[in-house]
Amino acid sequence: MKALHNLLDSVRPHFEEGGKLSKFWVVYDSLETFAFTPGHATKNGVHIRDGVDLKRTMFMVIVALIPALLFGTWNQGHQYLLSIGEITPNDPLMTALWDKLFIGAVKVLPLVVVSYGVGLGIEFLFAGMRGHSINEGYLVSGMLIPLIMPVDCPLWMVALAVAFAVIIAKEVFGGTGMNILNVALTARAFLFFAYPKQLSGEIWIHNVKASADAGLLADGYTGATALGHLASTVGKGLDEPAVTGVMSMFGADGMFSLSNSFLGLIPGSIGETSALAILIGAALLIWTGIGSWKIMSSFLAGGLVMGFLFNLLGLNAYMTLPAIHQVVMGGFMFGMVFMATDPVSAAQTERGKWIYGFFGGFLSIMIRVFNPAYPEGVMMAILFMNVMAPLIDHYVIEANVGKREKRALAAQGATA
Amino acid sequence: MTRTIRIKKGADIRLKGRPSTQVEQASSAPLYAVQPPNYQGIVPKLEVKEGAAVKAGSTLFHSKEHPEVKFVSPVSGTVKQVVRGEKRRILAVVVEADGKNDQHAFASVDPATTDREALVAAVAERGFFAFIEQRPFATVANPTDVPRSIHVSGFDSAPLAADMEVALAGREAAFQTGIHALRVLAGGSNVQLGTKAGQTFFNAIEGVDTFTFEGPHPTGNAGVQIHHTRPINKGEVVWTMHAEDVANLGETLSSGTYCATRVVAVAGSECDAPRHLQTTLGCAISTLVGSVNEEEVRIVSGNPLTGDRTANDGFLGGMHHQVCLLPEGNKPKFLLVDGWLGLGFDKFSLSKSYPTWLMPKSKEFAMDTCNNGEQRAFVVTGQYEPVFPFDIYPVQLLKSIIANDIDAMEKLGIYEVAPEDFALCEYACTSKIAVQSIVRNGLDMLKKELG
Repeated sequence: MKALHNLLDSVRPHFEEGGKLSKFWVVYDSLETFAFTPGHATKNGVHIRDGVDLKRTMFMVIVALIPALLFGTWNQGHQYLLSIGEITPNDPLMTALWDKLFIGAVKVLPLVVVSYGVGLGIEFLFAGMRGHSINEGYLVSGMLIPLIMPVDCPLWMVALAVAFAVIIAKEVFGGTGMNILNVALTARAFLFFAYPKQLSGEIWIHNVKASADAGLLADGYTGATALGHLASTVGKGLDEPAVTGVMSMFGADGMFSLSNSFLGLIPGSIGETSALAILIGAALLIWTGIGSWKIMSSFLAGGLVMGFLFNLLGLNAYMTLPAIHQVVMGGFMFGMVFMATDPVSAAQTERGKWIYGFFGGFLSIMIRVFNPAYPEGVMMAILFMNVMAPLIDHYVIEANVGKREKRALAAQGATA
Repeated sequence: MTRTIRIKKGADIRLKGRPSTQVEQASSAPLYAVQPPNYQGIVPKLEVKEGAAVKAGSTLFHSKEHPEVKFVSPVSGTVKQVVRGEKRRILAVVVEADGKNDQHAFASVDPATTDREALVAAVAERGFFAFIEQRPFATVANPTDVPRSIHVSGFDSAPLAADMEVALAGREAAFQTGIHALRVLAGGSNVQLGTKAGQTFFNAIEGVDTFTFEGPHPTGNAGVQIHHTRPINKGEVVWTMHAEDVANLGETLSSGTYCATRVVAVAGSECDAPRHLQTTLGCAISTLVGSVNEEEVRIVSGNPLTGDRTANDGFLGGMHHQVCLLPEGNKPKFLLVDGWLGLGFDKFSLSKSYPTWLMPKSKEFAMDTCNNGEQRAFVVTGQYEPVFPFDIYPVQLLKSIIANDIDAMEKLGIYEVAPEDFALCEYACTSKIAVQSIVRNGLDMLKKELG
């Protein structure tokens, strides 16, 4: 490693002030600090510092995303083969393992590459312009964005969404740590509102439109997600055949059964389908203390409470879906574990985290059921709670301030 | 009757090289220094010139704002040098000891028969206001205030700290006199003492409200103890004093000669024989630690979280009771070996992303002074609160200081805190933010604003 460090040292003068490549100092600096924790010693204040830094923290989140990424890659291949009838739902899951992974990887890897390429490119540009070092924030956002995209989302749309999110949601506020909205969800919301046509129906399973045109599509495959199907039942009577048809897909033997939804064997955004894979990541985040267990558990509680309330009301078919089924579908779990817990955009006080999480989960299910135009309520709910988080914190802190003022008044009363 | 208060928040950083309970006499130092920057909020006005002969207890300089607050020489000898920094700011007044230990003769004072005004004057004249800190602002106490109460912490919970029982052994009478004096200063009573379970030294001490504390660092900080007994409200002033200085005050008052004893813990992983050394305030650091290779080893006067970096030719800080030798962390660390992706079995971390929390509680760590990362904006939340035992929102308070929002600072409770109370927050900070210096700025700003 000495050799690598000597190499870095030897090219250093070119990048420093006055060197030929001084414009690229940010690139050099970020590479060097990536490879070697700099030998900066503490100056004032504490003389010893904890070993943890932002790089390690962010890296842990990436590790937590790996199960969802791997499963998502496999599942895209799985869904494709199912849709063209190459395999049946009754085949063992390991059938054609490598085919599935290959098909998935061919679709997923470009998304990841585009996301990182565009996002980091913009980060480097801003860091260079502003003369600060590259922050680690995008390492996680860059992985989250492809995981919440539909598999057939055109790459140019991903690139555009990333650029929008990084610039508008993050850099204009001052970069990592300063943003109000979750960066990855902003990218998703941008596409949702800017390209609603392209983002509906036929991109959730790879090549589903072409397969349909060629008459290859297996029975029951329309390319819609679970939430898309459910949204179609809203406004119709409970007994209409179209509704009972959809609801039967959510029965024990249906395509979107509880176990399929939990394991993630359903169409959907790349990383969001498997509650199991996401919960493995959640376990790591909670174990290392990097993701807030308070937000995750209250978010889950909020979703379940709303789900139960809907069960009690039972006004339409969507509402009758069991609460537990609601929370393992769509982006709920992914949002709960990886989006709501983003420390920058979430509530920052410990008490505020409980409130923030609960309403996040509550609203996710509410939006999803009430407004069929927004099948994915989680995105809207978390973005809304991002905006509300400072308000929640404000009231939590006001309570603390009030307590202190009361104490001061009591002390004054005692001496007077 | 003592009350036991259990504090859960905080953390004990398990550093290698804890001092043994053995106390040895340090060799007498050729040079001593009184360093004005050690005393917060003081603008020094010299009373001596270079070359002047001084006795132990003779005034070297006084506070510009309160000329009665004197700072005295710990030994007899000649003023060798007045060290100045930028803008001719006085950094140290160095006294070359003559070894005769001539004492400036003060009158002997019995606190029991002295009224408050006379005692304040006597304490100030003998140079002991230097060792009384006040809250709010965490500065040297203002002698014109009458504090609501005076708080003495009976133990130091900082990493590698001196054992107060060892440092004070045999000085019960002096400590008791000091406490009597503090009672008078606080207007008759209202002296609080914070002890921890298992201590015996304070058992027979009278005239104090004693509280027993249990819990990790910073439980030994006066600020934490005050917060959990009688929190400071806006408009109230509380003084704090280190227990060893209380004993020195008692001895000086009753004997009439200036007592500046320091039992210093000399500790740290780079220290050959971590132990306690008895010396005198302001001694040359080399008499405590010898000569070290400054490239490899850092000398810290004070504890590793709040102390000052010093050098082979430096001096023991005025408010310090320990000296630590830590390995310098000035070499790059490769990511996979000992950098940010390493397994980190040798790192003490409060983050569970390192395996510290899985290792036996007896394992001690040799931590170097590496920053272990670069400074970033506030990103991770909820990491300060578990090591900050106050009912105060630390991050929000820091942000109000950064934003120069005096009103918010007051509301969020800045009156109760000193920079040292935030030391563990700074230690734990993922974003490597200079928390203590932000708090110091906030306190200075507030003091300036309120006059």
